[in-house]
Amino acid sequence: MQPTKEQSLWMYENMVVSRRFEEAIEKAYLEGKTPAFNMANGPIPGEMHLSNGQEPVAVGVCAHLNADDIVTATHRPHHQAIAKGVDLKRMAAEIFGKSTGLSGGRGGHMHLIDPAVNFSCSGIIGESCGPACGAALSRTIQNKPGVAVAFLGEGAANQGAFHEALNLAGTWKLPVVFVIEDNSWGISVPKAEATAVIRNDVRAAGYGMPGHYVPGNDPHAIFDVAGEAIARARKGEGPTLIEAETYRLAGHFMGDAEQYRPKGEKDALFAKDPIPKMRERLLAEGCTATELDEIEQRADSLVADAITFARESDYAPESDALTAVFV
Amino acid sequence: MLDQPTNERRLTIARAMAEAMQQEMQRDPRVFVMGEDIAGFGGIFGNTRGLFEKFGKERVRDTPISETGFISAAVGAAMDGMRPVVELMFVDFFGVCFDAIYNQMAKNAYFSGGNASVPMVLMTSTGGGYSDAGQHSQCLYGTFAHLPGMKVVSPSNAYDAKGLMTAAIRDDNPVVYMYHKQLQGMGWLGTEPGATLNTPQEGYTVEIGKAKVVRAGSDVTLVGLAMGVHNALKAADKLAEEGVNAEVIDLVSLVPLDRETVINSVAKTGRLIVIDEDYHSYGVSGEIIATVTEHDVSKLKASPARVTFPDVPIPYAKHMEQFCLPNPDKIIAAYRKM
Ligand SMILES: Cc1ncc(C[n+]2csc(CCOP(=O)(O)OP(=O)(O)O)c2C)c(N)n1
Ligand SMILES: [Mg+2]
Repeated sequence: MQPTKEQSLWMYENMVVSRRFEEAIEKAYLEGKTPAFNMANGPIPGEMHLSNGQEPVAVGVCAHLNADDIVTATHRPHHQAIAKGVDLKRMAAEIFGKSTGLSGGRGGHMHLIDPAVNFSCSGIIGESCGPACGAALSRTIQNKPGVAVAFLGEGAANQGAFHEALNLAGTWKLPVVFVIEDNSWGISVPKAEATAVIRNDVRAAGYGMPGHYVPGNDPHAIFDVAGEAIARARKGEGPTLIEAETYRLAGHFMGDAEQYRPKGEKDALFAKDPIPKMRERLLAEGCTATELDEIEQRADSLVADAITFARESDYAPESDALTAVFV
Repeated sequence: MLDQPTNERRLTIARAMAEAMQQEMQRDPRVFVMGEDIAGFGGIFGNTRGLFEKFGKERVRDTPISETGFISAAVGAAMDGMRPVVELMFVDFFGVCFDAIYNQMAKNAYFSGGNASVPMVLMTSTGGGYSDAGQHSQCLYGTFAHLPGMKVVSPSNAYDAKGLMTAAIRDDNPVVYMYHKQLQGMGWLGTEPGATLNTPQEGYTVEIGKAKVVRAGSDVTLVGLAMGVHNALKAADKLAEEGVNAEVIDLVSLVPLDRETVINSVAKTGRLIVIDEDYHSYGVSGEIIATVTEHDVSKLKASPARVTFPDVPIPYAKHMEQFCLPNPDKIIAAYRKM
């Protein structure tokens, strides 16, 4: 399955938006955290997990989804949220802890929930899988269209929740697709030292569903495999497990000294940065530089507007902390 | 405070924990450590630094992100004669593995009529205050202390941290060792300087189940643990400026709970304020107050008070979280209302 030109450009644009967004977040995050790095300080306190380098998986999958479809995501959710169409301004405002944020500042960067586009995420590893099954089940029971996609990291594929959810999906033939972003690290632990198999796609066999491995952090290849899987789910033919190779260009979280990385790994990953690679590919396929420049400019202004919106928004009254526990 | 004598060894809680584990591993070949990022990385909160370099990957094991798997594996290893120390990186993650903890680790001694033992330590980080939001900032002291069969401790300083870890490893029972992130001495998430203390090099134990009167006073008893102790001490300093003498008790251990030390103090002061960063209801604060009122309510000159985290998930935004957290001013306000 190959993307149309329009789909290719959509993927490119969302990758660029995601990258620019994270660059802006990174800059804002570091404000107030120098010279001594203290996570508690600055306009964006707390942990920050950047997803730069991992954009291809999010766009290759979400290119096949519409707002009605469900995505459950991870502790590293920005690229997935952007590709799913979460409102960028409200997402930025949430990360800045403002009243205009998705939850008014209650949730923060690991807890982005946007019912308008059926997006949610959790900071607990592996916990994207079960809710995706439930959403898929709900659509089946209600006889409503829509598929669910659960994103997770390769480290999460060792969590009980992942295996239980896959069995559920396989047994009930649910319209769900599990997408593992294999960035080869779970914080400081390499995949190979924590996983009994080399590639997680083989685990699909244990749960009666097809499994695919997509090498190369290549948005087109991911688009292809995810397209088949999502079409299959839409036709009621059941779940699929996909593991896609990807690159974590940043540390696990901001402030991570990354001493566990082998020498030269980061340079090698940056040399394979998927965004310039995709630009080259699009140019080779006949897109014009002007066309792509325009996309990049649009991304820049979208991100700039979102960050401005976030900065200029007010904080909610502190006592709002006590509301919204129940609806 | 800044001019420390050179012969003192001021350690952070993180280093004190690591030193206790290292010494116990040297003494006892049955002791081994496992958890996520505890080997080469040295633990996200620095508490296993140096162990991997010293003992290698046989005894210092990075695990997959499989808490049910490796914590119940620790139960099995402990029952088979080993002394595992396992780490649950954040206490908030107990949700994915609690069966291993409260149905197995905590109950197998009882189910065997005392014929089997589960000598293991489950160490886990607690606490917020640095905007890590609702799945990475909880304390859950009451949750663990509520369930029978496991000892529960939480140090407020490095001296106790080392002695409690040593005692926990030597204990024949399962011990949940809860360390507060903002007391760890990790600059990157802010740290309470009062937790870094002179800590002897040689191994020693701090008794599990014994509270400490860390400041003597006659007008009001402030009871807390971990970060709560530091908030209480700061409040006591401020109250002293007004001529109010607060006694501060560091519980150190929740299970067993040293009820006597609290009761004796309130008998003297007649006033009780409990400081607990855990949720308000159904927790440590209620237990302490019940302990005192059940014993002899006539000793109280005023209704007891508690300064706790309200019954809401921990909010991300800094101003909201700070609004909810206990602090010295809230303790003083509670005293004024008495
Ligand atoms: C149940 C649980 N255990 C541990 C953690 C701590 N933790 C946060 S991210 C992470 C690594 C996750 O690795 P992976 O799933 O590969 O995702 P990545 O960070 O690489 O995107 C760990 C161990 C957690 N959040 N939840
Ligand atoms: Mg990973």
